[in-house]
Amino acid sequence: MEVNWLIIWDFIPQLLKGAQVTVHITVVGLLGGVVLGAIAGLMRAYGNSVINAIAFVYIEVIRGTPIVVQVMFLYFALPVLASIRIDPMTTAVLAIVINAGAYIAEIVRGAVLSISKGLTEAGLAIGLPRWKVIRYIVGPLAFRRLIPPLGNQFIVSLKDTSLFIVIGVGELTRTGQEIMAANFRAVEIWTAVAVMYLIMTGVLSLMLRMIEKRMRIL
Amino acid sequence: MTDPIIQFRNVSKHFGPLKVLDEVDLDIHKGEVVVLIGPSGSGKSTLLRCINGLEQITGGDLIINGMSVLGGNKVLREIRQEAGMVFQQFNLFPQMTALQNVAFGPQEVRGLSRKDAREQARELLAKVGLADKADHEPSELSGGQQQRVAIARALAIKPKVMLFDEPTSALDPELKQEVLTVMRTLAAEGMTMVVVTHEMGFAKQVGTRLIFMEHGKIAVDGHPRDVIDTPPNDRMKDFLQHV
Repeated sequence: MEVNWLIIWDFIPQLLKGAQVTVHITVVGLLGGVVLGAIAGLMRAYGNSVINAIAFVYIEVIRGTPIVVQVMFLYFALPVLASIRIDPMTTAVLAIVINAGAYIAEIVRGAVLSISKGLTEAGLAIGLPRWKVIRYIVGPLAFRRLIPPLGNQFIVSLKDTSLFIVIGVGELTRTGQEIMAANFRAVEIWTAVAVMYLIMTGVLSLMLRMIEKRMRIL
Repeated sequence: MTDPIIQFRNVSKHFGPLKVLDEVDLDIHKGEVVVLIGPSGSGKSTLLRCINGLEQITGGDLIINGMSVLGGNKVLREIRQEAGMVFQQFNLFPQMTALQNVAFGPQEVRGLSRKDAREQARELLAKVGLADKADHEPSELSGGQQQRVAIARALAIKPKVMLFDEPTSALDPELKQEVLTVMRTLAAEGMTMVVVTHEMGFAKQVGTRLIFMEHGKIAVDGHPRDVIDTPPNDRMKDFLQHV
């Protein structure tokens, strides 16, 4: 079969729909992942031994297992274990939340711990309660250091959505697969899919770079 | 004599198996300028940091202005408002200007309005000779200037005692003086001060009391001029020759 780039145009609407699903899973998943990661990261940085251990186990379990296994577990094992049945789309979002959350927790912990202990002491020494030290002094400083590694994780998570093909979520990769199965245009379709991922990660990178530029790293 | 403002009663501090403070008894009264010296590891910084609870004592009791450091978080915050602290590394909040550094405490801790806190901060910056640096960020200031802002920040919460943890050790010789000058002024105004330092000149001129610490205990406690000129023991004599 001859390579014919023009046929890509016929499938652009379909691919865009797939990309839309990808963006949806990524955005909602990462929103949840940031919240979960912030909580788990703060638990690691400030919690007593019990709280710390809970967060530690969560992070290690997630970081130590492949995300595909996590997805399979959520989708196929959870219904058996707890008779909780969730649809593929919810599974996908949940998987990103849980998976990204673990990595973001480590990013948050690292950023918080990178802020000199002396600043915390200086805050406490003027009589601030600990939460105000975290909220007004350590937090804003840690946040700036958070941006670069967080951006990295966002890009990783966006690409991770491609493996939801295994539970039949109609995201971009799955859409490409379906088109390909019908017309066998492997070169054209996978090129188009790759370019679409590049555009999405590119936009994400650009946004992060803009945020970084506006924020001085102290 | 009035009740001491700081009372160490049989205070011990362990870091794991390591005993850093060994059953220390010490009374500090209003208006005293106590200079703490001693070899590294003798417990002088730890003693200072126990006063405002940055280190928790593991034995005995420590009473600041009638409040025990063992009284829980709320009491500890009140103690910290009575005992301002200046650190060796300044520890200014880097995301805030000099003025914001000084105004932050009164606003968040003492509940001053933003306007009053800023006004007071301006006065304090003027007092430490930095009125013109109010809007500078810490990174734009020299070490000596940063330390003077840090002193103003500590003063802003209106403490009854000022604690200085080697305030000039991180500074170049010519910058030490501007910080020491501010400290002299404070002492002259009658501020109660506890100062960990290696500045023997300052100790002699400004100190009303000198404590030499060794192995977590107070080895010498006397008038600075007396004990510096004629050290009562060989360890201190030896130490003084090396500062």
